[in-house]
Amino acid sequence: MTYVLECHDLHKAFGDLVAVDGIGFHIAEGETYGLLGPNGAGKTTTISMVTGLLERDAGEVTLDGQPLTSSTTEVRRNIGLVPQDLAVYPDLSATENLAFFGKLYGMPRKQAQARIAEVLEITGLADRADDRVEKFSGGMKRRLNIGIGLLHTPRLLLLDEPTVGVDPQSRNAILESVERLSGEGMAVLYTTHYMEEAERLCDRIGIIDHGQLMAEGTRHELVQMVGERDRIRLTASGALDAASTTLATVPGVKQAGARDGGIDLIVDDASALLARILATVAEAGVTVSGVDIDQPDLESVFLHVTGRALRD
Amino acid sequence: MRRAFTIAAKDTRERIRDRSAIVLGIIAPLGLAAIFSFVFNPIQNFSFHATYAVVNEDGGPASTVFVDQVLGAMQASGTVDVVSVDSVDEARNLVDSGADPFGGGDGIDGAFVFPAGFSDLVQSARPADFEVIINEGNGTAANVAVAVAKSYAGQLDSVRLAVATAEHLGDPVDRLQAGARAASVPQPVDLVDVPAAVKQLGDTTFYAAGLAIFFLFFTVQFGVNGLLEERHAGTLSRLLAAPIPRSMIIVGKMLTAFLLGLVSMIILAVATTLLFGAEWGNPIGVLALILAGIVSAMGIMAIVAGFARTAEQAGTFASIIGVVLGFLGGTFFPIAQAGGLLARLRFLTPHAWFMQGLGDLAGGNLADIIPSVVALLLFGVVTGSVAMLRLRKGLTP
Repeated sequence: MTYVLECHDLHKAFGDLVAVDGIGFHIAEGETYGLLGPNGAGKTTTISMVTGLLERDAGEVTLDGQPLTSSTTEVRRNIGLVPQDLAVYPDLSATENLAFFGKLYGMPRKQAQARIAEVLEITGLADRADDRVEKFSGGMKRRLNIGIGLLHTPRLLLLDEPTVGVDPQSRNAILESVERLSGEGMAVLYTTHYMEEAERLCDRIGIIDHGQLMAEGTRHELVQMVGERDRIRLTASGALDAASTTLATVPGVKQAGARDGGIDLIVDDASALLARILATVAEAGVTVSGVDIDQPDLESVFLHVTGRALRD
Repeated sequence: MRRAFTIAAKDTRERIRDRSAIVLGIIAPLGLAAIFSFVFNPIQNFSFHATYAVVNEDGGPASTVFVDQVLGAMQASGTVDVVSVDSVDEARNLVDSGADPFGGGDGIDGAFVFPAGFSDLVQSARPADFEVIINEGNGTAANVAVAVAKSYAGQLDSVRLAVATAEHLGDPVDRLQAGARAASVPQPVDLVDVPAAVKQLGDTTFYAAGLAIFFLFFTVQFGVNGLLEERHAGTLSRLLAAPIPRSMIIVGKMLTAFLLGLVSMIILAVATTLLFGAEWGNPIGVLALILAGIVSAMGIMAIVAGFARTAEQAGTFASIIGVVLGFLGGTFFPIAQAGGLLARLRFLTPHAWFMQGLGDLAGGNLADIIPSVVALLLFGVVTGSVAMLRLRKGLTP
């Protein structure tokens, strides 16, 4: 399988400080890959090496099979970068910012004009297109920051903690934009230290700490990797003991037990099994009045693989 | 290269919008030039003018050449006025009395008296005298009259000595021809040893040009500091990630500096000419000096940006360097008049070469500015080369 982005054994040190130590991963078309780790884990250094902003000490990066270094220029045409810090020109309007980067990426004039209009719609800035960016709110600037990265419709979009310091409303708008992008076939590399963002957006997640990739996989794979399982609590009445005995035989259900006023289950994947579980208890004559699902989160995975909490 | 122009166009648009370049590049120098020109006007105090009388009882070639070529050239440049009088007594009276034959408020500062037969004596290689009448109270004007007379006498002596030597060696010399040759000796050019920049530039032009080159360094700084500002703003990472060679980013910034400098200088030259009557000189020469001046300013300011860590630091360094070079280069006052070490040190600055070039242009022909243009370009090339290495090395997000 040809991946849009492939990184192998990346290394980068600043003097005695090893910032990235042997990181490797790949991203397929339409896939969103998250690098989850605390500040200083090596996420930005990794992105900087992928884009060629930083010379790597060792390792390889290929984009659609073509090697990428700091001196290759044409390959970079297929990369969109959304830096962690705001990278917009406050004295220019949103349209002028987009037009400038469109020219830098060699977009033909008419194509650029059409795409600028699209991006302004996507980022919700169409009604402020001609206002100077210095008059924008922080959230609007963040959205423009992302819009510039999307403008030239790159094969690979790199978002380096794009929601840092953003209000909840703008943050949600940004996350929705990213979800839409992967749906359009763009490969996305998303770094964050917000667990819930990684869980919501990313098809696969790499947990990074001290410059090393500690674990990698889908959320479900990561959770399974550390032996954590989903918990379902049914509030119910009726033949609870009989129902729980039947439920224990359902594939994917690891444990089922009746308790006062309901049934507690430990399962592999609550989302996938819930419908079948409800059907089974209904057949057993149990009336369900409430369902609580408790899925182990990446916080516990991070704690397991790094020995410390993500927020430390 | 198209990408470099794209970056330059973006930068220029930003600079125009934040008005800083307009203020420093045009408004400040224009305003100061107006104030300096109208209020202080010290150059005018240095300007020299004298009125001399001539009594030419000789009428021969040796005296006629002095009157027509030596005094004539000075008269043509506006340095002196010459009035012809009939007798020695009249000349003496005019000098002593300080009479005002032109009614312009100037008295007669000195008189040159050529007795009858002066040219014959010169042509026959015999001792010949002409007289200079001065009033000691007339100071500089009287001294200049004596210096001019001595210089001319020295020229005549040289020719006469050459004729005598040739005859002594047995080479027959046509005395009449030699006399004619003596009569055509060039005018004494070392009359007053005042540097061209001061001698040739009027006060308004001096301040207009001085302030223009002074502020040029600050205007150009807006362009070359762009890299530091992009890094501070976080946009440098985006430029570095774009599909363009890194050198084009630097070229784009340099183009911005060049464009801002050029627009600023041209506006100042035209505005001071139209508004204040400044006389910059031959437009081609002025343009050559402006272009070379911009190159030198770009080189020096780029080296500042190359060694500074932040735009603020670069701004501070640039201000110090700009002011020191400006003062030493004589943009605020004619430092050449101070003489000695200071006057020689000024040529370590591009500002002095720029002013020198304008002075040469005003007092001579286009070719006279070549040394200044070359010196300015050298400043730019040497400092610019070092700066490029530093800036390329510093191209990190």
